[in-house]
Amino acid sequence: MDDSLALFIEIVPTLLAAVPVTLVLTFLSAVIGNTLALPVAVGSLSPHIYLRYPSLFYIFVMRGTPLLAQTYLIYYGLGELFPGTWVQQSFLWPYLRDGFWYAIFAFSLNTAGYTGEILRGAILAVPKGEIEAARAYGFSRFLIFWRVTLPRAIQICLPTMTGETILLLKATSLASLITVWEVMGTARQIQKVTFRVYEPLIAAGILYILMVFILTRLMMVVEQSINRHRLASV
Amino acid sequence: MDTTLKVEDLHKKFGAVEVLKGVSLEARTGDVIAMIGSSGSGKSTLLRCINLLETPNSGRVYVNGELIRMKPLQDGTAKPEDIKQVERIRSKLAMVFQSFNLWTHRTILENVIEAPIHVLGLPRKEAIERAEILLAKVGIAEKRNFYPNHLSGGQQQRAAIARALAMEPSVLLFDEPTSALDPELIGEVLQVMRKLAEEGRTMLVVTHEIGFARDVASEIVFLHKGQIEEKGPPREVIGSPKSERLRQFLSATRH
Amino acid sequence: MDQASLFSLLSFGPDGWGMRFVEGLVVTVEVSVAAYCISLILGLIGAGAKLSNSKVARGIADLYTTLVRALPELLLLLLIYFSGADALKFILSLISEDFEDFEINTFAAAVAALGFIGGAYMTEVMRGAILSIPNSQIEAAKACGMSRFLTLRRVILPQMLRYALPGMGNLWLSATKDSSLISVLGNTQDLLFMGYRASAVTKHYGFFYSVAAILFLAITIISMIVIKMLEARVNRGYR
Repeated sequence: MDDSLALFIEIVPTLLAAVPVTLVLTFLSAVIGNTLALPVAVGSLSPHIYLRYPSLFYIFVMRGTPLLAQTYLIYYGLGELFPGTWVQQSFLWPYLRDGFWYAIFAFSLNTAGYTGEILRGAILAVPKGEIEAARAYGFSRFLIFWRVTLPRAIQICLPTMTGETILLLKATSLASLITVWEVMGTARQIQKVTFRVYEPLIAAGILYILMVFILTRLMMVVEQSINRHRLASV
Repeated sequence: MDTTLKVEDLHKKFGAVEVLKGVSLEARTGDVIAMIGSSGSGKSTLLRCINLLETPNSGRVYVNGELIRMKPLQDGTAKPEDIKQVERIRSKLAMVFQSFNLWTHRTILENVIEAPIHVLGLPRKEAIERAEILLAKVGIAEKRNFYPNHLSGGQQQRAAIARALAMEPSVLLFDEPTSALDPELIGEVLQVMRKLAEEGRTMLVVTHEIGFARDVASEIVFLHKGQIEEKGPPREVIGSPKSERLRQFLSATRH
Repeated sequence: MDQASLFSLLSFGPDGWGMRFVEGLVVTVEVSVAAYCISLILGLIGAGAKLSNSKVARGIADLYTTLVRALPELLLLLLIYFSGADALKFILSLISEDFEDFEINTFAAAVAALGFIGGAYMTEVMRGAILSIPNSQIEAAKACGMSRFLTLRRVILPQMLRYALPGMGNLWLSATKDSSLISVLGNTQDLLFMGYRASAVTKHYGFFYSVAAILFLAITIISMIVIKMLEARVNRGYR
């Protein structure tokens, strides 16, 4: 038992050092993915079938296949394209060998699919009357979307988005399988070095719980500030 | 040329059902036209066809003498030739809805300045000044920073009227503005509308409030099954209805 | 390499990977079904605990769902896999010394871990479903003199299904996708593992991972059709 405690104390700094990697993975994927979700959601509601069908198909594929399969496909599949081409000589090559950017890419595309579907539902849930009022006051279609539909839709889907962000934070642990040393990857590395199974995993688990807890609190603050108008409603 | 709004031979079908069967209407500046009729008579549809929230199948709408250009389609419907023209004309026809339709993600003040800034291109400062005067006028100046859901129905509808006035519209369109309100809140909204009528604003009001129509309107239009059955000054229309249907309608709504 | 020879890699003959992928598909479905069954049982127990009067039961159930939802699936999988293996080894070593070299059945440990994870989410689905049943239904059962157990069996469970089915359907789809995680445990023979093996051997990474992804998509499509049918069936008389 003392043995375990000593090990904990020894490995915690190493794991803590990996926390920023996990957070950056989460943050960048969330920002890029949620931004991409906007055209996906709008496309999926378009009256033009050549916009709607590809968007719906994209959502379906992202939600219908495991994230790990997507991650491998992007990491190994894209990785096999570059060696032996001009890319290998280019300044981009150091980045293109690094699992980190593939992980960001995979998580962003996946997030775009999930958030795209959520946003699509939220856009459909915006009360018709509020959109009609904008039409009646001479708003252009773009203005209606930008000033009324989108801000209302974001309000509506915000609680779901909190949950999704937590799921994304947890999902970044898959990056450890494509050689990214975030918290999970670091824990497994420690496992191999110390020949100890449980301590690294448990220590990492505690860090994840803390991160989830803090992120949940942060999202609650964001939610409250955006949903001020709901406080006294009904 | 003081005809503000002119509607000629408006037809509207929903599928096979013809809701408007050739309605014509004219409002001169300062007119308050009250449209009454049982539900399904087409009165709300008529209002919504005027600012093209519904697209009429045929007929002409002039606002300040300008014809809204429509182009007939193969399937018997029509569509606006120039959506920019429609948007410009809509900004002159401010509408007040039955269910208020305030933008719930914006405060009352933000609701009132939204369209003047983004549609009319008014500077923000000027829009706020205008909004504050209007909010005082409808009696909810102190609620300017509240969100719509914090307000009673009557307050929300008054805010919606301020929002409409902020457009400095040529015509105010009211679509059953008191139908969604609790009885005790109807009075405050009607009072605001009465004040607007006295100011000489051009108004088109779809309503069930016969008393309000009788006291305030310069003309009453009674719609029945998509056609104007009877119209004229309130004293004649309400006082001595000619058509049997109007008599039935009035006796049914009075008690 | 041209298209035709790429696809010949997928043939069902001795040189092709076709049969391996079919086997992988079967393993993935088996793991998912088994894990899903465990999560159903854990979900019912968990929901019962959350709605019970016992503080201890509620506390344990809350801890269970909170922990599982805060921890990455991969971490939980490894943790349960290793500890399950150790526990089993320990028990077996008590019974007989012959079992010392016992290799834990990867399949069983993986199923247990995935079922444990799914059970936490299932708990929430079932809890929500039970709470959705109108109280009047339960009162009516009481008024008819039904015992608590009879009420559970004849009134709550059948009605609960209708409310729980959408969530249960989603969890089944998650279970099939989460099952891909077991490929990290090594020689698991599941669909993603086959993708891993085939692409490592042939160096056609993009192609074989796409094949695996398409097969996962096929599972999803078929599942969605079945879920739709079940929902239609359960909702008879309500629409």
